[in-house]
Amino acid sequence: MLDHGHGRALGAAVALCVSLTFAGCTDGGSERSVTSQRLVLTGSSTIAPLVADLARQFESQRPGVRIDVQTGGSSRGISDVRQGLAGIGMVSRGLADAESDLVGYKLAIDGVALIVHASNPLVNLTQEQVVEVYTGRVRDWRELGGAPGPITVVHKADGRSTQEVFLGHFGMDPAEVEPSVVIGDNEQGVKSVAGNPGAIGYVSIGAAEASAEFGVPIKPIALDGHVATSESVALGSFPLVRELTLVSNGPLSPLASDFVAFARSPYAREFIEAHYFVAVD
Amino acid sequence: MSPSTKDALLIALLRACAVAAAAVVVLIVAFVARDSWPALRDIGIVRFLSDDWSPTGADPGFGIMPMLVATLVTSAGAITLATPLGIASAVFAHFYAPRGLAVLLRRVMELLAGIPSVVYGLWGLVVLVPLLLRFAPPGQSVLAGTLVLTVMILPTVALMADVALAAVPAPTLQAAHALALPRHAIALKVAVPAARSGIVTGIVLAAGRAVGETMAVLMVCGNVVKLPTSVFDPVRTLTANIALEMGYALADHRAALFVSGLCLLLMWMALASTAGLVRGGRHA
Amino acid sequence: MPSALRAGFRRGDGLLGLVVWGVAIATLGLFSWVVGDVGLRGVSELSIAFLRESPADAGRAGGIAPILVSTGLILLVCLTAAIPIGVGAAALLAEFTRTDGALGRTVRVSLDVLSGVPSIVFGLFGNVFFCVTLGLGFSIVSGGLTLACMVLPLVIRATEEGFRSVPDEIRQGAAALGFSRASTFAKLLLPAALPGLGVGLALGIGRALAETAALLFTSGYVDRMPTSLSDSGRALSIHIYDLAMNVTGGEPRACATALVLVAVLVTANMAAASLTTRASSASGIR
Repeated sequence: MLDHGHGRALGAAVALCVSLTFAGCTDGGSERSVTSQRLVLTGSSTIAPLVADLARQFESQRPGVRIDVQTGGSSRGISDVRQGLAGIGMVSRGLADAESDLVGYKLAIDGVALIVHASNPLVNLTQEQVVEVYTGRVRDWRELGGAPGPITVVHKADGRSTQEVFLGHFGMDPAEVEPSVVIGDNEQGVKSVAGNPGAIGYVSIGAAEASAEFGVPIKPIALDGHVATSESVALGSFPLVRELTLVSNGPLSPLASDFVAFARSPYAREFIEAHYFVAVD
Repeated sequence: MSPSTKDALLIALLRACAVAAAAVVVLIVAFVARDSWPALRDIGIVRFLSDDWSPTGADPGFGIMPMLVATLVTSAGAITLATPLGIASAVFAHFYAPRGLAVLLRRVMELLAGIPSVVYGLWGLVVLVPLLLRFAPPGQSVLAGTLVLTVMILPTVALMADVALAAVPAPTLQAAHALALPRHAIALKVAVPAARSGIVTGIVLAAGRAVGETMAVLMVCGNVVKLPTSVFDPVRTLTANIALEMGYALADHRAALFVSGLCLLLMWMALASTAGLVRGGRHA
Repeated sequence: MPSALRAGFRRGDGLLGLVVWGVAIATLGLFSWVVGDVGLRGVSELSIAFLRESPADAGRAGGIAPILVSTGLILLVCLTAAIPIGVGAAALLAEFTRTDGALGRTVRVSLDVLSGVPSIVFGLFGNVFFCVTLGLGFSIVSGGLTLACMVLPLVIRATEEGFRSVPDEIRQGAAALGFSRASTFAKLLLPAALPGLGVGLALGIGRALAETAALLFTSGYVDRMPTSLSDSGRALSIHIYDLAMNVTGGEPRACATALVLVAVLVTANMAAASLTTRASSASGIR
């Protein structure tokens, strides 16, 4: 059938696979939940890259320790922590009333800014103007004092914490919004606005600043006169802010407790800022 | 071991493989049905067809009709475009191309088949959408989704048609040649009909990919839940809906998303069974 | 196909010739457009270090070595599971059942349905079935097995076509010589059908490497070098997705990773093609 050379190669490959599987089974099977050596975090994909960087740094300081970061969304984080499938949950908002059985540890804060295309002459929008744009009552930039053209309203998908923070601040119900485009992750919003001179959207302030620095043709605009920068968020003068939280169900294991302490220590500041969030003291 | 024992063993082994393959789909359907049951029980089928889609609003709505239409329209459009292109590509490789070019084209098709959906989506978002924006805002639209899906499923149609054309018995082609039929007639009137079964299989596999595609359509279709009135309108497919909201959905909302998944599966099952009837005999 | 038919005969080609040449050029052009556009954005980030280091700074620095290894392992698990079952099922469908028989019809319809299951549903199913119910957790094995489910229809259907391309004379000759069906199958039919399997492999590898949603919930997000198959490992497609859509400033590296993935694809496909053509010609059938 296959000549001998190929047959041997195939057999070797299969044998390798099988032996790797069995090697894994011995030490993998016992580490299903939190043990002294391994910690699993699941939750928001917005803060997963930051937490993964923190985990890598933590691991390098504590050999033999493994911290696995998985995504799946904030709701996943909450439910996994409740079911014991994860030691810590990552949630890109504060805890809700229905979640008072869980303990939250604030990791950082993140401002939410409105962004428009860099070629758009507008620099500020009032509260009322934003509501009118997002509910579809105002459809042309002319009505806001800009160059004539249709407004492409970019909105986040339901259930996302950025959307909840945004709508909550403006007092809008999700069903009232009339979007032109609905997006999932931050960068999709950035790219949608960057490719469309008539677009308006809202993203994390840090992401907007960083993208503008990289040369992406977007710019954050002020809300009711409050300038949208990381500084104003840190100073507390920007109104649209959300918390990024680590969540646990009951008391933390020693390893989890050490990791949370590390993530909230001054040492973690550089990582938080490298991801364009704002560290809390 | 006697020949008949060997045969019996072989057939038993092969049957086990086939049953295992078929069992996977049963498991998946059962899983989706199980997780959609709470929503079907509490919300009721009628509301899934008549409501708007606003699961997190003060007055939740769970209507999935516009998304079902979006899935059908984008997939049908992609299949309509990809089928002739894929068959043409395979005909080219078998009847018109110099040997080297045919091999190159096949390799390129294999490559196109392996590019991640996120890369197609990214390309669609930063290249295709701004192009379409010049015709009508917002650029993210039915057309963008259809075009990206066409590019994604074209390799499947082309490669399967390629294999199917290779399977046409040489005597058939030689007979056509002996009758002095021109090349285009041999290709279109003899070879393609003979390869009909394999080509239809390729189309079905490609249609499956189109209906089930998640990432790329999520990035270029606009994700607005509304019935489209033109190809430039933004739409949300059922798959994009699940991907967008699953990670952030609780209880009822989550079950409702599974209902949309179940709906998709049932719709696809109906389509696949119809294709099975159309496929017809084994040898031309 | 016989060279006499391939050699140009210009008479009467006209319109169809124009169309198919146009399609071929358009396909090659499209490929260049997509890969070229993405490639240009990422080529500046490519280097040997990129292939040998681990990711740092959420992937915006460092390299993709652990991700390459994870992807390779996931692919290996996927193919190890999918090929035997796939070839077996294809053989059954092509050789050992009546075309209109109940088992054949049921399996065919099941495969057609399977080919239309959305990738996100595979991800959710894989998570519940392989990670939770079977207790494999977020792991390379879970990801590979989920992908195996996804590529089964492709492998089976293409291999089935490969079996059908074998001329009946071979089967009749073997029967006349008194071969058992098992021997005919193993020594004659299987090698002759290898080109079909090759296409199935190529389609399967392509689909497996291209998958994102299914792997996110099964093999996971961890970008550490895996030490065993039960470790969670990030696949190339997920890394590309994360860098392009989730991490600010990650786009150049996402594009560079996409280029590496294209290179991996080319290598894997060439290996699959050479394996099947050499094996089938060695058997003397073609």
